[in-house]
Amino acid sequence: MFLKRIALAGSLAAFAASAGYACEIDGRVNIVGNEFAAIQAVAAGAKECTGASVESNLTSEHQTINVAGLSGNPSEYTSAIIANSSIVALMNEDVIRPLNDLVEQHGQDLQPGQLIKIGDNIMAIAFMANAQHLMYRKDVLEQAGVEVPTTYEELLEVASAIREQGIMQNPVGGAYASGWNLAQEFNNMFLGYGGQHFKPGTAEPNVNSEAGVNALNMMKALSEYMNPDFLTHDSNATNAEYRAGNVAIMNMWGSRASQQTTTEGVLQEVIDGHAIGAPLTVGGGDTPASTLWWDGWTVGKNISDEEAEATFIAMKHGIRPDMLNDETTPLAVWLIEGYEPAADAEGVFAAAKMGTPAYPMLPYMGLMHSALGNELADFMQGKESADQALADVEAAYRAAAIEQGYLQ
Amino acid sequence: MRHKTFLWFFLPTGLAMLLFIAMPIVSIVTQSIFAPHPAVLLEVESCTPLIGCTTETTIDQEATAALREAQPLGRFVGLGIYFDRGHLAIQEISQMWASNETWDGFFSELGNLPFYRAMAFTLTFTFIVTPLTILLGLVIALAVNSLHRHLKGLMIFFSLLPMIVTPLIGSLILFWMIDSRGVIGNALVYMAGDPNFSLKASTGLMWVALMVYGVWSSAPFAFVVFYAGLQTLPQDQIEAAQIDGATRWQQVKFVVVPHLMPLVTFVALIQLMDNFKVLEPIIGFSAGAHAQSLSTFILNDMSGETRQLSSAAATSVMTIIGVAILLSPVLVRTWRDFKGAR
Repeated sequence: MFLKRIALAGSLAAFAASAGYACEIDGRVNIVGNEFAAIQAVAAGAKECTGASVESNLTSEHQTINVAGLSGNPSEYTSAIIANSSIVALMNEDVIRPLNDLVEQHGQDLQPGQLIKIGDNIMAIAFMANAQHLMYRKDVLEQAGVEVPTTYEELLEVASAIREQGIMQNPVGGAYASGWNLAQEFNNMFLGYGGQHFKPGTAEPNVNSEAGVNALNMMKALSEYMNPDFLTHDSNATNAEYRAGNVAIMNMWGSRASQQTTTEGVLQEVIDGHAIGAPLTVGGGDTPASTLWWDGWTVGKNISDEEAEATFIAMKHGIRPDMLNDETTPLAVWLIEGYEPAADAEGVFAAAKMGTPAYPMLPYMGLMHSALGNELADFMQGKESADQALADVEAAYRAAAIEQGYLQ
Repeated sequence: MRHKTFLWFFLPTGLAMLLFIAMPIVSIVTQSIFAPHPAVLLEVESCTPLIGCTTETTIDQEATAALREAQPLGRFVGLGIYFDRGHLAIQEISQMWASNETWDGFFSELGNLPFYRAMAFTLTFTFIVTPLTILLGLVIALAVNSLHRHLKGLMIFFSLLPMIVTPLIGSLILFWMIDSRGVIGNALVYMAGDPNFSLKASTGLMWVALMVYGVWSSAPFAFVVFYAGLQTLPQDQIEAAQIDGATRWQQVKFVVVPHLMPLVTFVALIQLMDNFKVLEPIIGFSAGAHAQSLSTFILNDMSGETRQLSSAAATSVMTIIGVAILLSPVLVRTWRDFKGAR
């Protein structure tokens, strides 16, 4: 991993030296964002700019510091790299600026799809997409003599066949760790059954519905084929199980696809048998039980216009079309012009083609996600009914939404 | 000491306490009785890559900014947050009280409310771990004290290891060991004879694991305190007891333990406080599905996509009150002893 990072940095530096693509800025740039390979590549690109300092703080704890780091005046950070879930917190606090004028001046060559518009305002520039989709072991499925599933109902049959033939005891994997992960799996399934988290146009919760009960029952049925410790497995632990050859089929993040077979210590049979597929549908629905995500960058509001302009230029330099090379292309499903999707990206593109809904970008979705994460574990352990669990979710959400001023 | 001298002597400490203890408490109390302003919502068309445009709800920043300008602290809600479902859940409890004929039904419904469920775990944890820690610490201290002096240094070091290891790392290591693929977890599966047996899936066993960790990690603290106390043990009393024919057990019971009693009170105070705020093992063990505490609530409130500052502040204030209630018997006793001694 370390060697790879050095190689990546080296190739970027060599690239910067060879390309005559100058990037001159005259204002301070400071980036805060999540820490994974694709974002590191973007930040490294931004740092090629000369004329003023470009700093970055990439950490998995970015969410706990980005609001505070953009709130001061002038603020510590000038740009936050965010996803569709976390941009909401920044918009709620009003710490990022509309980019319309900057796009007009400097961003004419951006793809229209990269512009994240809220009403008339462009609030962020997206550079990569992500979605959960199917990953499976084609060798195990062949051995069991079953087809690749396209629905969750079929996945249950596949799992049962693998178990009955004694190939694997717990063939299904899933990031069902109580908290954020479990809530996300519920969101997938709930949207797959056609559910809507809120009553249209309001912050009133709407999860205690037929779709909600169906979603929970399907999750419970899937969990019967999972490692009994599933409530402690986040996506890292689930991937570890997959790479160790203990899991044959799972719904997993597209951003992990390229690392699934290249991480150290992966069994040869997993490398040979690894395959990815489109996300699954459920309950006869035609949109997949998954959500589409994008990652993008924003520009802070509490900074001078020069700094904002410099930030825009540097960040745009980080996602310019020729930053894509052999090292960076497989890191993500880029939304950058000229990106040629590799095989690892098929799952995310299939998700987009099938009309997978975006993760809801609502001011109060974060509260709903927290409530789901805290209240669903009881149902998964068989301690209460689906109705009761969903009623608890709504009650917990309601208390939080009243506190935050979204409900009266 | 003259009053004036004492005042000057105490002033730096007093100022530091005011600044770093009293002021933050005032701040969280204020935070807990104010909540964010009602959000002015707006329907707009939002466009995202690969999906296209949809109608989304967002916050009307101009209208909200005006509200914030007028009242920067937020809207006053009094004790509203303390009484909501995430905290004391007064309304829910009165409904349960009205709808349940039996205590059983009432308590099972009460366990569905996050605060009371967290209290059930926290209090069980506190009242089991604290005495066991004191007992284990005393046993280790007595054992180490009776060793040959060449061995003592080495044994003290090893006994202190659990305290030296970072709590999160310590709990994470134990967590891996009890995983169904870990050493202890695998042994349990073998002993239970059930391939689906999982310690992490059982609430009862998870509680046991958390408590074992709690005792393991804080016993060294009790040990160090008691070991120091043992060095001041009056030898003449022990010798007198020996001449009277007291067995080793009787010496411990009638001479050593009474001598260490003030230290037991001290350790009990510290441990009650620490255990009531249990956090690291729950995080390290990913035990959120089985056990919650007030501290994990605060962490959840602060680390979600939307930070719930008022809720976290209310929980903090309740933690302070809870600790005060827990400590009150010990404090009252210490006060009485102090008055009696004068």
